[in-house]
Amino acid sequence: MDVLIPIITMSALGFLFSLGLVFAYKKLRVQEDPRVLLVMEILPQVNCGACGYSGCRTFAEAIVKGDAPANGCPVGGEEVAHQLVKTLGLEAVEVIKKVARVHCRGTTSAAKESGLYRGIFTCYASHLVGGQKQCSYGCLGFGDCVEVCPFDAIYMGEEGLPLVREDKCTGCGKCVDACPRNIIELHNIKQNILIFCRSLDRGPTARKACKNACIACGICVRACPEAIVLENNLAKIVHYKKIPQDKIPDIEKCPTKAIGLIHKEKKKQEDDR
Amino acid sequence: MELVALFISAILINNFVLHYFLGICPFLGVSKKIDSAFSMGLAVTFVMTITAVITWVINHWILLPNNLEYLQIVSFILVIASLVQLVEMFIRKVSPPLYQAMGIYLPLITTNCAIMGLALLAALKNYSFVETVVFGVGSGIGFTLAIILMAGIREQLDLSDVPEPLKGAGIALIVAGIMALAFLGFSGMIK
Repeated sequence: MDVLIPIITMSALGFLFSLGLVFAYKKLRVQEDPRVLLVMEILPQVNCGACGYSGCRTFAEAIVKGDAPANGCPVGGEEVAHQLVKTLGLEAVEVIKKVARVHCRGTTSAAKESGLYRGIFTCYASHLVGGQKQCSYGCLGFGDCVEVCPFDAIYMGEEGLPLVREDKCTGCGKCVDACPRNIIELHNIKQNILIFCRSLDRGPTARKACKNACIACGICVRACPEAIVLENNLAKIVHYKKIPQDKIPDIEKCPTKAIGLIHKEKKKQEDDR
Repeated sequence: MELVALFISAILINNFVLHYFLGICPFLGVSKKIDSAFSMGLAVTFVMTITAVITWVINHWILLPNNLEYLQIVSFILVIASLVQLVEMFIRKVSPPLYQAMGIYLPLITTNCAIMGLALLAALKNYSFVETVVFGVGSGIGFTLAIILMAGIREQLDLSDVPEPLKGAGIALIVAGIMALAFLGFSGMIK
């Protein structure tokens, strides 16, 4: 019988407290907007934070409140935006698919090394000590961007440069943040011309460090002055849409091929694969 | 007079965080901003006071008459867990931003040893009902005081030049140690 007393005591206490909690729950329950769950189901649920919110859940809450736009999820892209518009009855929005693009062609054969690097094998660590390449703007090739990609959309090519699988890339921007040299940028997928260099060195210095560097000769600027400018020894596309298609061959006369059509790159990537 | 002494000693001399080193987890976890530290202190004070009351009732009315002292820990845990659930529901209802700010540390009050320590200490020292309540409130205020002081110091620390390896937890622990030393100065104030 002595065994029963503690058992009964504890069960009674437990029962009492659970009763109290049930009562409190009825009084204090928080009503959640059921639409948040609906939105959650549509979202990709990778919690990458590319929308600017801390995760898919907070983004869903913001959409339901009307604080975030339906096309705010760059990962979900067009499909998710359309579904959101349909589910929540919002106004239709235009979605531009963006993909990551690497602004460097400093391949192992083209870019000279400044010394032997024996430190931690990440771009970040190498960048802290100045990098192992002569060009202090170019890709270091340790693949911090590859490491950080949640979608397996960027991989290290044989030439020591990261390559983007544009069909898999969702434009979340993680690689953009991961690159210590800010070589990767998000671009509208329809933009087909890219400057494959970030070097701000003067022409001869840049050319010495890397065969594929932009030497700021100005050929592309002369071909298309309203869209391309020279800035700090580097060509820059300011208005992509103002580049007429018939001027592209002129632009491609670039002596170091530091500017050119992206689809040629892509074709090369497919051959690599 | 004795009650006043007990109250002050619970706040300053036998401060749970800085004397017994109990409840260090929320003390370090939620002491980044003064206002969230203050609300954490309030939540802990509330749970401590109610815990002190209920555990006294359970201890003296149910456990002791039936010679069930060995159930103290289990039943006290039950009380604390239910109370924390209650507080959590309440805060979520009243202030969602506060609920977000406290995050995981709110349910972790359940496993906050300061509260368990309070219930067990009060039972061990055989306090009367009034003494237990005073002890509970005092300890809660003591915890609040410690966590607010800590938060104030850490807000200043954010602006100062801390050596790289000590940033974050390292300097926080050092600060906590120095605060404990400073609070040692209060001992001897009351016998």
